[in-house]
Amino acid sequence: MTKEKREILIFLIFTLAVLITPLFLRGSYYLNVLVFIGINTMLAIALNLLLGYAGQISLGHAAFFGLGAYISGILTTRFSFDPWLAMIISALMSGGLAFIIGFPILKLKGHYLAMATLGFGIIMFIIFNETVALTGGPSGLSGIPNIHINSLVFDNDLNNYYLIWVITLMVMLLSINLSQSRIGRALRAIHDSEVAARVMGVNARVLKVQIFAVSALISAVAGSLYAHTMTFISPASFGFNFSIELVTMVIIGGLGSIYGSFLGAAILTVLPEFLRVLQDFDIVVYGLMLILMTMFMPGGLISGLRLIGEAIGSRIKRKSVSNA
Amino acid sequence: MLRIDGITKIFGGLTALEDVSLFVNKGSITGVIGPNGAGKTTLFNIVTGLYTQTSGDVYLEEKNISLYAPEVLAGLGLVRTFQNVELFGQMTVLENVMVGLHTKSKSGIISCSFKLPGQIKEERYIKEKALHWLEYTGMADAAEIKANNLPFGKGRLLEISRALAVEPKLILMDEPAAGLNSRETSALANLIRKIRESGITIVLVEHDMELVMDICDSIVVLNLGKKLAEGTPREIQENPAVISAYLGES
Ligand SMILES: Nc1ncnc2c1ncn2[C@@H]1O[C@H](COP(=O)(O)OP(=O)(O)OP(=O)(O)O)[C@@H](O)[C@H]1O
Ligand SMILES: [Mg+2]
Repeated sequence: MTKEKREILIFLIFTLAVLITPLFLRGSYYLNVLVFIGINTMLAIALNLLLGYAGQISLGHAAFFGLGAYISGILTTRFSFDPWLAMIISALMSGGLAFIIGFPILKLKGHYLAMATLGFGIIMFIIFNETVALTGGPSGLSGIPNIHINSLVFDNDLNNYYLIWVITLMVMLLSINLSQSRIGRALRAIHDSEVAARVMGVNARVLKVQIFAVSALISAVAGSLYAHTMTFISPASFGFNFSIELVTMVIIGGLGSIYGSFLGAAILTVLPEFLRVLQDFDIVVYGLMLILMTMFMPGGLISGLRLIGEAIGSRIKRKSVSNA
Repeated sequence: MLRIDGITKIFGGLTALEDVSLFVNKGSITGVIGPNGAGKTTLFNIVTGLYTQTSGDVYLEEKNISLYAPEVLAGLGLVRTFQNVELFGQMTVLENVMVGLHTKSKSGIISCSFKLPGQIKEERYIKEKALHWLEYTGMADAAEIKANNLPFGKGRLLEISRALAVEPKLILMDEPAAGLNSRETSALANLIRKIRESGITIVLVEHDMELVMDICDSIVVLNLGKKLAEGTPREIQENPAVISAYLGES
């Protein structure tokens, strides 16, 4: 089986699993968790394109998530836009903003880039809080309409599950395609040696800005979906802590792996339920996980799974050889 | 092919290059030699657009490329290899060479994400071409190995394969034989000759004198940032100033 065919097969199996999972679930609690995992998967993939592939850190990605949520929420509640149209506008505006700020910001490297994106996240958080007339300020924006397709309204957990996951699967597929193309290779080349990538004809400066914009656009789509499924948003969901959580998802799942982003998102979505007893100290656990992961499994959980898979694979092969 | 005209480069207070001019004939192999710190790599960095010179100009086939960025120069057919091997370490050998085909393809983010028909065709072309260049340099066996896991000599060879994939007019090689054993070095000499015969012009920075004298048509000697001499290998070997610069160094 060629690498390409195996990749398609894995995606089909994953899709099938996503589609049939609700058949095995009773009650709305688990569906609700899975909706969040879907949203977080989109966000982790978005950040992974930037961090895992291009090797550029962003400590302010929650801001693009928030921007998508607020633009969509404001357009629908205050200006009666259709949610779909609002989603498209919020995605384009967020991507556009990232494109504009990307040129100066992505000239920076390493710690400086981390600080600049951190600053951007903080500024956006302040804007979400302070522009009360538009955003509702700290008390939030409520009454955001559900998405609908004709008479099909996405207002219950099962419908939301399919809405979120169909779009998540699309994001996954497009990102996998992108990562395996000349653009994906150019991004990884920039990651490994920006100088050599440029000498090979890769316009690193523009490509980094483009992928930053794509990343912001995907994050905004996730934000818009979040707003329309929750029907209520407040700044607390889009702060610094969440930006760090997103980085944690990407690193724990596996830098440069789309399925890794799903794994990381799933773990970091479920974990808080168990860490509730720790209250605000849950971030300490994330910190510890990050440290342990970078020390002992720098490829993330996905690389661990791959190793186990390979071990089992070679074991089976050996057995079939000895049986023959 | 390449004309370097009065290049000076000052780092802070240090003059790394002072009024260096040289001319590279189309289809030739030109050697640039000189003791450590002579400014050879700095000269390459300026020609390839990684550094900006303090003064002077660089012309590629009569076009003034003094302020061109490296990625633009790659499109014009100017490419290089690095003294401290700069591979894409996490990528396979094949993928490294596929990046070399970046200027030979053009699918953007949208057509790559949606796998539009043109992109699929292009991807097939990129892979075939990359395999062709690996066969050309005798590295096809290593195609699926991660670049970081290559032995050092193979890494140097991969840099050359990747540079060839750009289908350049001119390749600058910065110490391609450094760290190679004698068998690898003679294979390298043959490869460089083969590349030249295919019509590509080569500029070579190298400390291995035997190699330089063997394959170069003409040689430029730099010392302490200045051009000390130029000529055929024979003339250089007999030049008293060159001999004393090298003796003085050791
Ligand atoms: N980026 C830089 N900043 C400051 N000084 C530099 C820089 N690059 C090179 N130099 C200095 O310029 C001088 C020339 O260095 P260069 O690397 O060009 O020498 P070289 O001829 O390639 O030597 P080698 O044979 O050791 O590779 C040296 O004194 C070096 O320290
Ligand atoms: Mg050097």
